[in-house]
Amino acid sequence: MAHDPEATTLYGYLAEFDTPGQLLKAANRVREAGYTKTDAYSPFPIHGMEDALGFRERAVAPIVLAGGLTGLMVGYGLEYWTMVIAYPMNVGGRPYHAWVNFIPPAFETTILFSAFAAVFGMFALNGLPRPHHPVFGAKRFALASSEKFFLAIEATDPKFDAKTTRELLAGLSSREVVELED
Amino acid sequence: MHESQFPPGDFRAPLPTIAPGHSFRSINDKLTSIVLTKNTPLVWFIVTGIAFMFLMGLTVAIAYLLAKGIGIWGNNIPVGWAFDIINFVWWIGIGHAGTLISAILLLFKQDWRTSINRFSEAMTLFAVLCAALFPLIHTGRPWLAIYWLFPYPNAMTLWPNFRSPLIWDVFAVTTYGTVSLLFWSTGLIPDMAAFRDKTANPFLKKLFGVLSLGWRGSARHWARYEKAYLLLAGISTPLVLSVHTVVSFDFAVSVLPGWHATIFPPYFVAGAIYAGFAMVLTLAIPIRVMFGVQDFITMRHIENCAKVMLVTGLVVVYGYMSELFFGWYSANEYEHFMLKNRTWFGPYAWTYWLLLLCNFLVPQLLWSKRLRRTIPVVFIVCMFINVGMWLERFVIIVTSLHRDFVPSSWEMYYPTKWDFLTLFGTIGLFTTLMFLFVRLLPMIAIFEMHSLLPQSRSKPAGEEATS
Repeated sequence: MAHDPEATTLYGYLAEFDTPGQLLKAANRVREAGYTKTDAYSPFPIHGMEDALGFRERAVAPIVLAGGLTGLMVGYGLEYWTMVIAYPMNVGGRPYHAWVNFIPPAFETTILFSAFAAVFGMFALNGLPRPHHPVFGAKRFALASSEKFFLAIEATDPKFDAKTTRELLAGLSSREVVELED
Repeated sequence: MHESQFPPGDFRAPLPTIAPGHSFRSINDKLTSIVLTKNTPLVWFIVTGIAFMFLMGLTVAIAYLLAKGIGIWGNNIPVGWAFDIINFVWWIGIGHAGTLISAILLLFKQDWRTSINRFSEAMTLFAVLCAALFPLIHTGRPWLAIYWLFPYPNAMTLWPNFRSPLIWDVFAVTTYGTVSLLFWSTGLIPDMAAFRDKTANPFLKKLFGVLSLGWRGSARHWARYEKAYLLLAGISTPLVLSVHTVVSFDFAVSVLPGWHATIFPPYFVAGAIYAGFAMVLTLAIPIRVMFGVQDFITMRHIENCAKVMLVTGLVVVYGYMSELFFGWYSANEYEHFMLKNRTWFGPYAWTYWLLLLCNFLVPQLLWSKRLRRTIPVVFIVCMFINVGMWLERFVIIVTSLHRDFVPSSWEMYYPTKWDFLTLFGTIGLFTTLMFLFVRLLPMIAIFEMHSLLPQSRSKPAGEEATS
């Protein structure tokens, strides 16, 4: 892809930290300064990071519940339709609608659909798979999956200012602050 | 990670789940190097080679089976279920430890699960694969069996009978396999990103980049990821208990003495966990030495698994005792005959006593703390349990079937060489897949190991630990 250096736009700033504690503290400070379009990157989940970023989303659990209920209805519906409507079969005079016997398969489909909802719902909310993202442009970002911790402030943030934002990040005991190109 | 209530050095304090002195970097380096190195241990080639030979034996056994039919096996009437179902139940039981470790121990916040969960989830997947092979091939002509195993609109407008436990089994096992696969591959995503960032090889970088789905460790992603993972654990917990319950219904719902028992579901589930932990240790003990991961799979893990085996083993023995009691208490002549035949004068009574030796007597060694911490002893006990759990299913299936209600339908069962080739072939399939997995994918969850380190606990007040 032809890349014109003039045409690149600033995606934001990325600050690097050595420890999860520094990252958490920096994220808290950045939120207190009024930034909202921020994100933290770490090799493992850090306890308390959601609050530090002001991230309050409770979407995964309802998706899983919806998946589970769908699975229950699909499973039970399949059993009812096949055993009572499509292919009623008299086995020793047992009822066609043998709801007790329908529980195990309906239970299994409930679990199956909720598991799919949990995994695929989580990836959809996360916008994954996504082959590229501006943070991958930073040279040292490869360390975000092993030992370093990063905090990004995006240029689209209403409070973003090329100079003051950079100074804020640089003042937060970060190792270095780099520009990210979109 | 919770702190022990006992100070370090106290004899009651638990052993560490990770050897001291590790940093984020050393964990990452060690666990990625196992996969990214070009040096494979020689013993890996030897074991994989032998296992692959058995796998080739399995393909021969299946090809011959499909050509000739199930007459090549020793199955007869009345012993219509034999090695095929014994092996199925044995393998599916072994598969239970993975989900128990990854889901139930997660809900109970047992942090020692972390270094063995990935490994045992893979074991679950491969064991379920081996198990699923048997119901498929025991039909003889699997391509004709699909319409009564799976509900799909077919040209005959026939549907499976949902009032039968056999179709519940299809649903339970396929759901279990699928959910285990989802659980395992979701856990792998952040580690694939770690590999992508670590490798210098451009092809591998692309490959792991694709497999990681572009994971970048964003805090928002982690938040949703952890929530989804916790929910998966929550729904897998009843699932894992349901699978062997449903398998036991295959037997308990019938009217055959020796099968028709209400103790079956809990007794089968305990047996599954028992067999599963024995197999986890059977694999973990050699592999931790082969790849030098004794820092991560420590004596703590071995000891805890041994304790789980001791407890579930006693639950299984309780199952044996209650089978005896209810057989006697039923005051039913067929139940009485079945018990005496099984334990005393029957031609297969020796398998029952061998089973008690393997599953009851030998594991009692694990009461001793010193023996629990002696690796060769634990390994040998695990081998006894592996054999014992197979024998348990042999006793349940063959001794209950071979003496039918009327003596005119009594018959002995003798396995053929094809039965044995199929059984050992699936062990080859399982071992091959397991060894390929430990060589090609991270056998220990890297990001979860990071979370075990004390320096991962952030202190926003400013008292940071250093990495």
